Amino acid sequence: MTYFAGETDVAVIGAGHAGIEAGLAAARLGCRTVVFTINLDAVGNCPCNPSIGGTAKGHLVREIDALGGEMGRTADECMIQSRMLNLGKGPAVHSLRAQIDRGLYARVMKRKLELCENLQLRQAEVVDLRPRDGRWEVTTRLGAVYRAGAVIICTGTFLGGKVFVGDVSYESGPDGMFPSAFLPDRLRELGISLRRFKTGTPARVLKSSVDFSGLEVQHGDEPVTPFSYDTGRELENKEVCYISWTSEETHRVIRDNISRSPLYGGLIEGVGPRYCPSIEDKVIRFPDKARHQLFIEPCGLETEEMYLQGMSSSLPEDVQVEFYRTIPGLENVQIMRSAYAIEYDCCDPLQLNATLEFRGWPGLYGAGQFNGSSGYEEAAAQGLVAGINAARKLMGKERLILDRAGSYIGTLIDDLITKGVTDPYRMMTSRSEYRLILRQDNADERLTPIGREIGLISDERWERFQRKQSEKAAELKRVQSTTLPPSQALNDLLVSRGTTPVSTGIKICELLKRPQISYSDLTDVDPHRPELSRAVQESVEIQLKYEGYIKRQLADIEEMRRVEGKVLPEDIDYGKIKGLRLEAAEKLEKVRPENLGQAGRVSGVSPADISVLMIWLASRKDKEV
Amino acid sequence: MDGYTAALGEVFHRDGTKLDDCVALVFRGPKSYTGEDVVELSCHGGLYVTRQVLGEVLSCGAQPAGPGEFTKRAFFNGKLDLAQAESVMEIISAQGRRSMLTAQAAESGLLSKRIGVITEKLEELAAHLAAWSDFPEEDVDIVDIDDVNTSLGICSDELSALLDGFDRGRMFREGIRTVIAGRPNVGKSTLMNLLAGRERSIVTPYAGTTRDVIEEPVSLAGVPLLLADTAGLRETEDPVERIGVETARRQLMNAELVLAVFDWSAELGDEDAELAESVQGLPAVAVVNKCDLEQKIDFGFIEKNFKNFVKISAAQNIGLDELERTFSELIGTESFDAGQAELFTDRQRAAASAAKAAMEQGMDAIRLGLTLDAVTVCVEEALNALFQLTGRRVSDEIIEQVFERFCVGK
Repeated sequence: MTYFAGETDVAVIGAGHAGIEAGLAAARLGCRTVVFTINLDAVGNCPCNPSIGGTAKGHLVREIDALGGEMGRTADECMIQSRMLNLGKGPAVHSLRAQIDRGLYARVMKRKLELCENLQLRQAEVVDLRPRDGRWEVTTRLGAVYRAGAVIICTGTFLGGKVFVGDVSYESGPDGMFPSAFLPDRLRELGISLRRFKTGTPARVLKSSVDFSGLEVQHGDEPVTPFSYDTGRELENKEVCYISWTSEETHRVIRDNISRSPLYGGLIEGVGPRYCPSIEDKVIRFPDKARHQLFIEPCGLETEEMYLQGMSSSLPEDVQVEFYRTIPGLENVQIMRSAYAIEYDCCDPLQLNATLEFRGWPGLYGAGQFNGSSGYEEAAAQGLVAGINAARKLMGKERLILDRAGSYIGTLIDDLITKGVTDPYRMMTSRSEYRLILRQDNADERLTPIGREIGLISDERWERFQRKQSEKAAELKRVQSTTLPPSQALNDLLVSRGTTPVSTGIKICELLKRPQISYSDLTDVDPHRPELSRAVQESVEIQLKYEGYIKRQLADIEEMRRVEGKVLPEDIDYGKIKGLRLEAAEKLEKVRPENLGQAGRVSGVSPADISVLMIWLASRKDKEV
Repeated sequence: MDGYTAALGEVFHRDGTKLDDCVALVFRGPKSYTGEDVVELSCHGGLYVTRQVLGEVLSCGAQPAGPGEFTKRAFFNGKLDLAQAESVMEIISAQGRRSMLTAQAAESGLLSKRIGVITEKLEELAAHLAAWSDFPEEDVDIVDIDDVNTSLGICSDELSALLDGFDRGRMFREGIRTVIAGRPNVGKSTLMNLLAGRERSIVTPYAGTTRDVIEEPVSLAGVPLLLADTAGLRETEDPVERIGVETARRQLMNAELVLAVFDWSAELGDEDAELAESVQGLPAVAVVNKCDLEQKIDFGFIEKNFKNFVKISAAQNIGLDELERTFSELIGTESFDAGQAELFTDRQRAAASAAKAAMEQGMDAIRLGLTLDAVTVCVEEALNALFQLTGRRVSDEIIEQVFERFCVGK
């Protein structure tokens, strides 16, 4: 028995990191939005690591924030330890990571959804989805039928979820939640192709059962750099993490029991992420490594649960107890939640376009793990883009497409929709060819003007951004036009930093271009410098120091955008293009790239195929003339 | 018919009359040059029969191949990479034996292999840098900045060697612009005819016979020369001859090689001194002609002014071997291994140069003490440039340039 529950603009299925951003963005842009979650206590849950950010993921959080998303602000509110990774390796790869209080994070996010205008948060399992009269009908397990203009699927590991611990397996979502068991079949009936991926998580253990005395302590950075441009107050580190190592004994226990692993025993069919192997994977694949590192991280301020980063496993519970206890500090460890692997359904993202809308199913969007990615940050980034685009489409506005040259978010989406995925996709700095431009420190420069135009950036934030930009421009101008005399103080400083002293006056910018000289080094010899925030100082310094390299990348970007500008017509029939190899024609038919740039990145399409396309495009143009 | 089989048959006109006996060779795709099914018909020689057969084939619906059509299809079908496809064009237009050997070396993938060695090293480097920066808290070996520098240095040297080879390679491919110069009646035209193997210039006992520039492609020691015989250098009242002399002087300025001819049987004159002076700094060989006659020349002058000199008698065909040897030494062909993979086209040169520049910028970053992220983007840019060389990535320009070249040949 079903009943009509109401009309809405956007229906979001799932309230994890993708669903939250999708729902908030759509509602904030003025769309009536319903966010469905299987369990209200699962909103904003972090079922794996209790941290946000990390290499490249930190960039994503900054970009989400710059565009008007929520993840960065909430991460700052719930931060208990923060570190800037990769210091010393260069500004392109500086990445922020914060340990967060996961319980608090979930509560704060839920509250934000509850308070958001236009947004209705609803506990319900969506079991049916069908297009009708240009809209979508969304049916819940309890028979409520909602009609929506757009639907965004953000089902994470809930969709067809199945948990494995040794030879025990059962249908389940993450953290013991119900799985979404009915939707996969409905999606298949619609014609959407699904695949099986898997991921895993380590055990949570009782803090008081860990002996920290012999372990290395890892502190947060002072001062803390926040994720969000909205976070004005100074943040404090409240917790520490610990480092330990596996031993030969750990590896022996794992090897002796490997046949009891569901993965090695062949029970799991899903493909796991290459970049996040389980401990048994590491031991088997790298037999020469005498030990593997692990981090023991707090899950929050109001819980005794600790997370064993680097030790995910799907071995049987008794084996887990045995091998965890071989690790220094964990000799008497008490497990509170066992490690497990989880298998789930996700779509083939080659079916999506750059707005994350399914081609051929107008108004149906996907985001997050459902699109084949892994990670909270990757999910949130997609949720934001899908939410914005669903809203803009319903309002009759132009699509928002972020390109590879402008953001990691754009790179992530472009990779998903053109190259596809063979295992859960994780963001990495090396995935971006424009790394020196796409830095975490300039996310606002790149994306806040876009966020403002879309309508997700408040007046107050916009003013602050513009102030920062004009301060930066003024300071750049000042250091380029101000000459410092060759004083004793200046030369002492230069010599002490291992760089050549000067005999005549020198422009400040010339000094800053020297890698050995930092902006703060010059405080004493540059008495007229204005009071500026750390962010502005950093920005000025990076721009000058890496000028030559940044210029190179800007030239690359120009070239890339030119090829990207060559639009492939929508009605193109690849099967009929002479000279195109069959494999390429099939791939292009499947992916249906929107431009030549995208086409060139489709796997299985060779440069020769691209030249055929170019010639075809050129001859087509000739015929039109 | 199966691939790689031949059959004897007859070709008939539509009206039933027999045109010719012929052999049909069948190649089945993808095991053919173009990757498509190919049939080759061999008929008896003679333009008439061949045209008849061709006409019949065309009237049955076949289309004549455009310029470079077969190579283009081979490229489109993935049978050749860009470097290989370009070298086919080189073979077709190869002018000398050496340049053909080099072109064949590239076609067989030697060039791609040599570049492959560099890209492999760079890829390895890039991968390590990526792992090191993307997984800072995992057990990735620390990147040693000196190792990075060394690797970049090795790759850059290897590219330098390829680039040096390019300049020599072009010389062999396009021919060396060579000017025969000397005062009147020393036997320039006789030398020209000897090298050309035919009566190219008019030879008379009268000084000032050659007035215009006579050009002829010839081959010396397997190297193509674009040989120009010029008017004898002298002051003259004859307005026509004067123009010839001026043209000869201009030719000298632009020459890549000068064969400066002197007369063994005559005393040196002002014009000889002028010639010796004007070829200072140019690659030149002093060719002392008429060595079969009695010596009147001051040979010390030749030895003083020229590093390379030979005595010949063009008329008696004496000393040509020695000329070849001296010439080879001068242009360094002795050390030039034609079988080595060399870079060919300007596009290839530009890509290699770009890669080299990127690597140098990377090494600069290391030298200046900049962070490794700047080095990393340089490594990747170098890789990108090299990928373009073998067509592993593509941009509009590449295609345009390559297909400009496909408008000739096979």
